[in-house]
Amino acid sequence: MSLFSKENGAVFTGPLNINNPIAVQVLGICSALAVTSQLKPAIVMGLSVTVITAFANVIISLIRKTIPNRIRIIVQLVVVAALVTIVSNILKAYVYDVSVQLSVYVGLIITNCILMGRLEAFALQNGPWESFLDGVGNGLGYAVILVIVGFVRELLGSGTLLGFTIIPSSVLMENGGLYLHNGMMTMPAMALIILACVIWAHRSINDKEK
Amino acid sequence: MAKKFKCKVCGQTFEADSMPEKCPICGAPKSEIEEVTEPSPKKKKKGFDTNGNAYTIIYASIMVILVAFLLAFVASSLKPTQDANVVNDVKNQILTSLNIESKDIEGDFNKIVKDMLIKDGELVEYDGKFQTSYSQELKDGNLHLFVATLEDGSTKYVVPMVGRGLWGGLWGYVALNDDFKTVYGTYFSHESETAGLGALIAERKFQTSFIGKKLFADDENTVALTVVKSGQAKDDINKVDGITGATLTSKGVAEMVTTGLQMYVDAYKVKASSSEVDENIPAVEDYQNIENIQKED
Repeated sequence: MSLFSKENGAVFTGPLNINNPIAVQVLGICSALAVTSQLKPAIVMGLSVTVITAFANVIISLIRKTIPNRIRIIVQLVVVAALVTIVSNILKAYVYDVSVQLSVYVGLIITNCILMGRLEAFALQNGPWESFLDGVGNGLGYAVILVIVGFVRELLGSGTLLGFTIIPSSVLMENGGLYLHNGMMTMPAMALIILACVIWAHRSINDKEK
Repeated sequence: MAKKFKCKVCGQTFEADSMPEKCPICGAPKSEIEEVTEPSPKKKKKGFDTNGNAYTIIYASIMVILVAFLLAFVASSLKPTQDANVVNDVKNQILTSLNIESKDIEGDFNKIVKDMLIKDGELVEYDGKFQTSYSQELKDGNLHLFVATLEDGSTKYVVPMVGRGLWGGLWGYVALNDDFKTVYGTYFSHESETAGLGALIAERKFQTSFIGKKLFADDENTVALTVVKSGQAKDDINKVDGITGATLTSKGVAEMVTTGLQMYVDAYKVKASSSEVDENIPAVEDYQNIENIQKED
């Protein structure tokens, strides 16, 4: 099988749309709530998950034939946890600023269900290269949804994007305007509601295509 | 049950119930025929039975040992660099509280800031290793105070403080003018406050709103500087606007700033007469009690 065959293409693009980990498989919701009140952490988290999922997939795929079936979940967990710990240690030593920004998110990656889901469902049955593509695809699929939710929440919740003011302060109620930031948007509950709207839109578009 | 046999002469395999007298294909004698035992070569190819108990236990043990060594190796080999980064970051925080944006943190820090201790009401030089947490000295009843001499020759005092926010710890540095009454600059940070809400205390916008505020209202012994609900501070010289939607984090900052400064004011009065020294020692103990209480809950 060639490296960029049609099947491999489908493995990569599937999770971006019709098999999206959040919108279709509804995995990784917990971290989607935690990091989407602003756009920047959402992007950072999306990229971190992409990298970790890809490499954990490759490692599990390489050792998949040796893993005893009964303790495979434990083995997956150990691989993911070790990988995350090593990455976080390296970040702390060489790019301290980034590690301060990531702070709790690095730890959150270990508990991300997408990782375990992909390891269990894909990497255990497929070769390293396919698993790598699958990991990158799923990570990016996750990142896309996070960015959409983060975009809406930061824009409506605090009137900024990536920290830059988008909604001018002159239209705000406190300065005599008519607009008020929607404080609800910064609450975790709003992430669920926006997520539900994203899933709704995603399904109705895909259903029409069928 | 049919067994498999292989003829060494013609190389063909065939099935039979028992050892035949001669090969049914080429007619070679019985001595040239051998039985092929099917499962054993297949088993050898696969290596181990990956579902066996012994294999599982050995696999798990080896995996754990390998990962443990790997992590221990990574952690210990990167520790010095990480510690250096932490020290550097703390120094940068102190410089930030002095409103200095530094490129050469180490150099600027050594040039501007002196690490001092308040010991029994007296300011003494601290000659130990640079600390990133101040609990050890606090236990001995001594307080760290950073004394900065700026380029224009003025002296500023940087007070380190720790507190508790909504989700985790808070810490900060408040730089005071040499009269010990006016805020020159601040730096705050947090472990895990909500992004977009409580986390805004780490932004310069909030930190600079402290500049120029006074520590005391009428009574020069009680710190009145505090953080109030957003929009309520107006032009009050003792009050700073909190963060909208992050009431508990703002409260945490208020408490940290007020108790933190109070402790220093009690322990060390720059302009006050030195006769009050004796009264000061219990105040430090008071603070330790507060800390213990906080730890308990």
